[in-house]
Amino acid sequence: MAELNRAELNAIELDGVVKEYLSHGEVVQAVKGVTLDIAEGEFFSLLGPSGCGKTTTMRMIAGFEEPSRGVVRLHGADVTNVPPNKRDINMVFQSYALFPHMNVWDNVAFGLKQRRTPQEEIRRRVGEMLEIVDLAGREKRRPREMSGGQQQRVALARALVNRPRALLLDEPLGALDLKLRQAMQIELKRIQREVGITFVYVTHDQSEALTMSDRIAVMNDGLVEQLGGPREIYEKPASAFVAGFIGTSNLLTGVAAGGVLELGGGRVLVPGRDGEVTVTVRPEKITISLDKPDGEVSVVPGTVGEVVYLGTYNSYAVRLGDGTEVTVFQQNAHDATTTAERGDPVWLSWPAQHSYAIGSRSTP
Amino acid sequence: MKRLTPYLLALPSWMWLAVFLVVPLAAMASVSLQTGNAIDGFAMTFSFSNYADALGRYSTQLVRSLWYGGLATVAMLVIGYPVAYWIAFKGGSRKSVYLFLLLLPFFVSFVLRTISWGFLLADDGVLFGTLKGWGLLPADFHVLATTVAVVGGLTYNFLPFMILPIYVALERVDPRVVEAAYDLYASRTAAFRRVVLPLSLPGVFAGVLMTFVPATADPVNAQVLGGTGNTMIGNIIQTEYLTNLNYPTASALSFTLMAVLLIGIFIYARALGTENVLEAAAR
Repeated sequence: MAELNRAELNAIELDGVVKEYLSHGEVVQAVKGVTLDIAEGEFFSLLGPSGCGKTTTMRMIAGFEEPSRGVVRLHGADVTNVPPNKRDINMVFQSYALFPHMNVWDNVAFGLKQRRTPQEEIRRRVGEMLEIVDLAGREKRRPREMSGGQQQRVALARALVNRPRALLLDEPLGALDLKLRQAMQIELKRIQREVGITFVYVTHDQSEALTMSDRIAVMNDGLVEQLGGPREIYEKPASAFVAGFIGTSNLLTGVAAGGVLELGGGRVLVPGRDGEVTVTVRPEKITISLDKPDGEVSVVPGTVGEVVYLGTYNSYAVRLGDGTEVTVFQQNAHDATTTAERGDPVWLSWPAQHSYAIGSRSTP
Repeated sequence: MKRLTPYLLALPSWMWLAVFLVVPLAAMASVSLQTGNAIDGFAMTFSFSNYADALGRYSTQLVRSLWYGGLATVAMLVIGYPVAYWIAFKGGSRKSVYLFLLLLPFFVSFVLRTISWGFLLADDGVLFGTLKGWGLLPADFHVLATTVAVVGGLTYNFLPFMILPIYVALERVDPRVVEAAYDLYASRTAAFRRVVLPLSLPGVFAGVLMTFVPATADPVNAQVLGGTGNTMIGNIIQTEYLTNLNYPTASALSFTLMAVLLIGIFIYARALGTENVLEAAAR
């Protein structure tokens, strides 16, 4: 039999995974059927609002919850009913869940000790890991004597020192302030590159997911709404939910004929579409101008409402003829020409490739 | 004025302590060094020999009290820890119901509870009488007036004081910390030994203190459930004070008991690691 090549196997596979709870005598589905393949070495994010099932999904990967139906595989092996202490996977908890009665060294060494690793190796690996997370010299500290950022790094070291096949992170940056969070995002990405381990990252923060992930699964109501790279998810949202959840988005609805959607005295290009259609377009893709632009672009007229100055850009709320409100971001670049003001009639335009027709399954 | 406010607010409690703790203790210390009798009165003679006499006469009862108190404390720990664990981790939404059930016997007076235990353990009582009637126990089987009865009574009476502090400590253990142990390859046993147990030690420490001290000094259980061979130091103090009116001996015994308990607690705190216990408790 040919030897299995680990690199060719997916790190994590979920196959039709469902999780049901009994709540007040009623069956509630927290996860309604998730199928995912997470590749070896990938930085993969589960993104969605609270209650979307992302944490339950991750807890099933970790082994804290058993799926009601479906299969969980790690490197091809079915682990659906394997307890967490027998899974070659580690987790960084939301509140870190450090052992409060142990110092930093003992916290980090815990997993290796449980696996009966030789003393000498424990000493070496814990030392190395504390170097990586920049905590060397703080071995004797207790968790509560440390800042949130330091506790976070202890939690990371405690998981990574075991060299797991995959690391699960449950909103690990949620408790940190903005500055520290941004620094830790870069730090996490660096550590992931350094150790080359698959990261599964659970978050409700879309900018965090877009910044760090190789791929993102956007979850809503127990299902995966869209699976793809950050750019794909941002530029081509598959549903109204995704469009609304990731960044700001404008939704234009109408009936298209021959690839053109007539809208409030203007036209939106929707190549190859006919009939009822919803189109998304990102605020920063739209150009705002006082004169009607020429060329093969989508063009709609409107009236400027609120104008908000936001430093690097202005945000315009433009009301279209049919009452739809469209948000437009315009950079305050040195060559910015338009100075539309409240009440001005303006033209909005964008190239056809920036409006994306979606199958509207649900709304946020 | 502002800086004084906390002290002023604490003043009533300090006064209370002064009047009802320090003054009686000082009075008792003084009495323990006096000589005389109840009819002619007592006079201060600084007779430290009172202590030597009292100890010489009653060392058996003192050692027995410590032994019974220790046995009962161990029994309470063995019975109480699993109960506290079960309520804290498996109690779910009914936790408060179980805690209420635990405290329910306290709605009956301490002495009355002990006397009911006497009925229960009586040679021909509800329990043993019935079992003997069925021929399950020999006719001369008895528990009342033995060590087992007294230690059993102490265990029964003080058990909630062991369970409650342990429950509080276990309740405070973050379930995610236990999950983290499982996640880091710990078996159920290892997770308990390395994480849950150490985190509950402050509760165990408090529970042992709250049960060992009153159990050792308790006169009621020995009097109601014990026989002549089970007299504890509490009974002696009571008799010396109320029956023999020998106040100096009673006071000297009380102080000796207090000293022995304080030294015992000190050694115990050292052994269990004061630092660990206090640190974990301060968390």
